[in-house]
Amino acid sequence: MLIKKPADIPYSEVTDRKLYVNRRDFIRAAAGVAAAGAGVVSISETLFAAGQPAPHGRKLDGVKKSPLSLAPEQEKTNTWDQITSYNNYYEFGTDKDSPSLVANKLKTEPWSVQVEGECAKRGNYSLDDILKGVALEERIYRHRCVEAWSMVIPWVGFPLSELIKKAEPTAKAKFVEFTTLVDYGTMPGVRQPVLRWPYVEGLRLDEAMHPLAIMAVGLYGEVLPKQNGAPLRLVVPWKYGFKGAKSIVRIRFTERQPMNSWQESAPQEYGFYSNVNPNVDHPRWTQASERRIGEFFKRKTLMFNGYADQVQGLYAGLDLKRNY
Amino acid sequence: MTTQNVLRFVVKPAVCAAALGPLAWLTWAGLTGNLSVNPLSDLTNETGLWALRFLAISLAITPLRRVTGWNWVIRFRRMLGLYAFFYGVLHFLVYTIADRFAGLDFPDGMASWTTARNLAASVGEDIYKRPFITIGFTALMLMLPLAITSTAGWIRRLGGKRWNALHRLAYVSGIAAVVHYYWLVKADVRSPLLYAAVMAVLLGARVYWARMKAASVARSAPAVPRRA
Repeated sequence: MLIKKPADIPYSEVTDRKLYVNRRDFIRAAAGVAAAGAGVVSISETLFAAGQPAPHGRKLDGVKKSPLSLAPEQEKTNTWDQITSYNNYYEFGTDKDSPSLVANKLKTEPWSVQVEGECAKRGNYSLDDILKGVALEERIYRHRCVEAWSMVIPWVGFPLSELIKKAEPTAKAKFVEFTTLVDYGTMPGVRQPVLRWPYVEGLRLDEAMHPLAIMAVGLYGEVLPKQNGAPLRLVVPWKYGFKGAKSIVRIRFTERQPMNSWQESAPQEYGFYSNVNPNVDHPRWTQASERRIGEFFKRKTLMFNGYADQVQGLYAGLDLKRNY
Repeated sequence: MTTQNVLRFVVKPAVCAAALGPLAWLTWAGLTGNLSVNPLSDLTNETGLWALRFLAISLAITPLRRVTGWNWVIRFRRMLGLYAFFYGVLHFLVYTIADRFAGLDFPDGMASWTTARNLAASVGEDIYKRPFITIGFTALMLMLPLAITSTAGWIRRLGGKRWNALHRLAYVSGIAAVVHYYWLVKADVRSPLLYAAVMAVLLGARVYWARMKAASVARSAPAVPRRA
């Protein structure tokens, strides 16, 4: 027997035939929109992990002021957040925010430095040995990156000359070479052959003995944040920032001029000296001006980064156009 | 709704809005301090990257259509190409303001003809002097006639064949944009090389298909030599 029963579904709810026929297109289109949307969001998120300022660290005791510092009324010091969230430290990645996002895994204790080469006191020294009897000073310096941005940074450190004197370089020593740590476990950048690792920098011995050249262990009176080269880094304020080797594990005295990493990578663009010089452009961009982080208008770059009076004697008779 | 209407009233506006996403994000992040401490550098880099991305996406439409048979994707090509130009123009404006204007001296005050002249001279000199700027500017200028002739009226006026030939300038622009990016990075060329690879695939596919077509035309051509 045939039972007449009304349809369960009213006609208004039945899918339009056209839409039903084209349902695959519709699903495809919808999926396309969803994928595009998700793509835009995920791309902007991954691209835009803005740098994270370092957490504050232990206060350093007995830090003295130095007459070699910039006076605060002379140029405004950059903030902790600026200094610790934006810098180059390629061992942690090549983006400016990479060091601040990645460096926290770096193990800086215990730390030791191998002192080698043309010196009497060769050996492996712990950081405590190095800091024994050393008076820490605050040095507020201009910092000029070769990429034409700059900051004013209140480092804490001690003159590099003190460390060199302790090592007792021989008469043959003409240069000092600094080597940065390579640690595959905590430094993702060293898996990429962007530069030849470990990172190596060098100075002429007389440059290294200059009172402005320091080994920094702190920032703003606190222990140096890892992204800025903890626990021990070089600061040479009249040279481009990349000369300041970070997280130093080896100091070697040599008779011959060391090959620094950037010079090895692109010798026509980066020299051994790399003194800040507004008259010698980088082959691809100008070095005549710079952007101070936090400012809109550019500043004129100063010869030797404003330290010409103190350091130009080191380069008497040297052609700075050729020896860039 | 028909598929046509879904495309026209849902998908297209959605893609259009999504393409403004990066600009919205940059604006929001810039205003709320969510960029880095060098926001002008971020704005310069990001607008440039998005111009390159949209250029690559718009150049991917034709191969995508050919490989998948989805003819409807062609409807997005013009819009995506115009977005490449849009982000390219933004990139150039940010550079002009943040890199050039910010580096000027203002002997007659900021709002003066001297400023305008000096700014034009500064941009011009930079384009002339620095190869990576020269080629970046070239990439943008090649997109200008394409943006102008992107309307239905211009397609009609030029005729399909000539219009198509003109719009092949997008290939040259894509190559120039990649070279611009490659020349500006310091040592880490991975990202520029990735874009170069994408561009090579997109343009290489066209070369390959053009050859296949030429070969099949040659095969199907009559055996008797054609008269001149």
